[in-house]
Amino acid sequence: MSTSFRINGQQAEVDVPGETPLLWVIRDDIGFTGTKYGCGIGLCGACTVHVNGRAVRACITPLSSIAGTEVTTIEGLSQNGEHPLVQAWVETQTPQCGYCQPGQIMQAAAMLKDFPNPTDEQIDHVMSGNLCRCMAYIRIREAIKLAAGRMRADAREENPGADHA
Amino acid sequence: MLKFPPNASADSNSLDNNSLDSNAPDLSRRGFIIGMAGAGLTFAFARSPLSLADPIESASQILAEGAFEPTIWYQVQKDGQVVVNIAKAEMGQHIGTALARIVADELEADWEQVTLNYVDSDPKWGMMVTGGSWSVWQSYLPLSQAGAAGRIALIEEGARQMGVSPDQCRARSGRVIAGDQSISYAELVRSGNISRSFSEDELKKMPIKPASQRRLIGGPAQALDIPDKTDGKALYGLDAKVEGMVYGRPLVPPTRYGASVKKLDDSAAREIPGYQKTLILEDPSETVPGWAVAIADSFHAANMAAQKIKVDWAPGETADIDEAAILERGRELIESRDAGVVVVNDGDVEKAFAEADSALDAEYITHSALHFQMEPVNALAREKDGIWEIHTGNQWQSLILPTLAKALGVPQEKVVMKTYMLGGGFGRRLNGDYAVPAALAAKALGRPVKLVLTREDDIRFDSLRSPSVQRMRMAFDGDNNVTGMEHHATAGWPTQVMVPDFLAEGISGGKYDPFAIQGALHWYTVGGNRLRAISNDLANETFRPGWLRSVGSGWVNWALESFMDEAAHKVGQDPIEFRLEKLKAEGKNAGSAPNAVGGASRQANVLRRVREISDWSSEMPADTGLGVATTYGQERNMPTWTACVARVRVDRTTGRPTVEKITLVTDAGTVVHPDGARAQVEGAALWGISLALHEGTRFENGQVVDTNLNTYTPLRMRDVPEIEMEFVESTETPVGLGEPATTVVGPAIGNAIFAAVGVRMRTLPIRADDLLRALQGESPTPEQ
Repeated sequence: MSTSFRINGQQAEVDVPGETPLLWVIRDDIGFTGTKYGCGIGLCGACTVHVNGRAVRACITPLSSIAGTEVTTIEGLSQNGEHPLVQAWVETQTPQCGYCQPGQIMQAAAMLKDFPNPTDEQIDHVMSGNLCRCMAYIRIREAIKLAAGRMRADAREENPGADHA
Repeated sequence: MLKFPPNASADSNSLDNNSLDSNAPDLSRRGFIIGMAGAGLTFAFARSPLSLADPIESASQILAEGAFEPTIWYQVQKDGQVVVNIAKAEMGQHIGTALARIVADELEADWEQVTLNYVDSDPKWGMMVTGGSWSVWQSYLPLSQAGAAGRIALIEEGARQMGVSPDQCRARSGRVIAGDQSISYAELVRSGNISRSFSEDELKKMPIKPASQRRLIGGPAQALDIPDKTDGKALYGLDAKVEGMVYGRPLVPPTRYGASVKKLDDSAAREIPGYQKTLILEDPSETVPGWAVAIADSFHAANMAAQKIKVDWAPGETADIDEAAILERGRELIESRDAGVVVVNDGDVEKAFAEADSALDAEYITHSALHFQMEPVNALAREKDGIWEIHTGNQWQSLILPTLAKALGVPQEKVVMKTYMLGGGFGRRLNGDYAVPAALAAKALGRPVKLVLTREDDIRFDSLRSPSVQRMRMAFDGDNNVTGMEHHATAGWPTQVMVPDFLAEGISGGKYDPFAIQGALHWYTVGGNRLRAISNDLANETFRPGWLRSVGSGWVNWALESFMDEAAHKVGQDPIEFRLEKLKAEGKNAGSAPNAVGGASRQANVLRRVREISDWSSEMPADTGLGVATTYGQERNMPTWTACVARVRVDRTTGRPTVEKITLVTDAGTVVHPDGARAQVEGAALWGISLALHEGTRFENGQVVDTNLNTYTPLRMRDVPEIEMEFVESTETPVGLGEPATTVVGPAIGNAIFAAVGVRMRTLPIRADDLLRALQGESPTPEQ
């Protein structure tokens, strides 16, 4: 049975069993390898992608559950690395081995929709679901704040009245 | 003779000379050749000796004919790009950036034009190993000389073309400059006239720039490997792909050694779409006894199939072994005076204890700890044109290549390891055993196999950090002066199991694993001093002990620095003052050039500095305390002087310790890439907290009980305390940075807990339940 959905702006049709985790469909069938396998039980966050804009753990998300949705992976988050989070990640020199970082960035991108001006506590709360074994946590937090500040400044430029809302 | 690392330790019992000589890139008796080859001007260490008496007429001709075997080399291409070959694993330490900056600084290259080329395994690179925090330390001098030789050749040619003498020229940012004339390296390379060689002797005398003239080393730089790690482009072993490959998931037997498959039933797996078959591996290298591999068209199918296949194993002899048995064996060995190897025996230890007015005696435990690198181990193997290609991330290609060759039944030159980013190393990928089942499966099937271990498979196959037992004793005279010390340490020995050639000679006869006793050859002057290292045979038989970030220092320093604290409290002295008194740069602790200039005085310096910046003497709130620990890092011959103060609050109702702040001072000599250095110390310090409070597992029935994040709980962002760190400004030899901070944090936390609530914790990890029991007046759980 084939499953249709959109991924990174393109239509995809995949003919694999519906219980196949989205992670392996993205990596092995479609070929976007930025989404990583870490634990397989939804507890490390290395496989985080967006489904209809919400962060999900692709390793425990069956393909059948995402039929008709829009999936975004790290490859689709940013054209030419211009996403403020990606830039902040480079500026703060956050990645060490880098393996968990696509998942960290996808989780952070989803978080900033809910908390455009996150406190340390909110960042810790949301991002503690993502394990970084190199323990680059201090810089992950710093990069999120840097990007959030810029995204708010950009939003004000586009909509100068928003601050007073 | 050019010899790396310089063998300069004055210590008669230094283990490092032994272990490192065999590790060092063998650049002795070589020259350096520069000439046109391929796409540009190539700079290479020659394998055969070059000498002034044996002049090279045309280096370019030699290079063009391929009559050379370079080891470390770089190339300036016709467009001016400088490509630096990196024969080290990139696993988060940004090593390529650090090494390239060493070359580029002396070469006076334009950093914007420097790129990295991570190379595949080839004998021409010499020993390929990335570990021990050695990379910068080992490479610093040869890469500096290689850069300087290149600059000299380019200046000579620039001078010739501009019609001036070389001494009127200088080089900057990829140009040779003379007065108001200049010419770029790219133009010099395009003219194609450069052919130059340097004899071994000339290379040895090659002057290196004074620190004041460094333009890149010590300056800010963005790591070249980072951008691809933010957009999904970086390729790890898990991302490797070749035409026609199938996927495999192993069926891992119940014991690490001695297991065999009695019966295998895959009938339930046959209904899984894409499932092909299950291979029972025949392994001439005996790396993966009793393994089978489920093969399928996709990883998902192989994974599903593996869950349905029933295997009846005959397990090995350790199927009943648990953590308590391994620790108990450690205690037995310590009690047996014949066991193990004496590594240090200074002064008269017997006399010190016989005449002591009082003594202190304590036992310290550390439990099994997992690597849990984010990327589970995996490998893709295929035979192509008579060559076996192994696609995987690896830290020690030279170690596993002979094993792969044996497993495949081919000569070693028929096996090449392709290089990928590592989704975490931390020592796990020093042991490349995971490549063997992939190779065996590919050979058995006659097609490429990508073997992926699930997280649980990866943990069950981990070369984990061995549990350890240590006994410490200290003798005091009537004035509470320390007159003698004994340290007995037992653990599984990774080097004994995996690289017996790297064992070091003890002073009592017999050999020992230098990596498993790192950190114990301390720089304290304590009168009589005896150190005994003991291999725990039951640990070695039950699992394959591994090198885990900081290796021996990770458990040795837990005992040593906790014990120093106990001793300070016994004599009623401030724990920093107690240590400072014993850090005297005299005798064997005076230090020596080039690696340990200053000796114990530099360790005293970082300790004094951490006292200044950590508010050491300030009043603490209730149930809150400061604890200190210090170390020289891994190796006496490569000391990274480190001191740490931890501020910890203990919740008396739950027993839970919370680390509020970590203050660290590090003297690592010259810091080549400061931001990378900070990142290493941040990560290493947080590993220290994680190992002290959040990790740790135990054996039951021959296996570790924790195999995933549901029960194994490394530190997360919410657990990160404030970290303040400082590096001592220095122009001394650069030493390692990836591990030292890991080793001080645990004992600093234990000592802070004592300062906060008066309870001495002697087991790592420190569990809230144990601390609570101790607070309630019971002694911490006796070790089972």
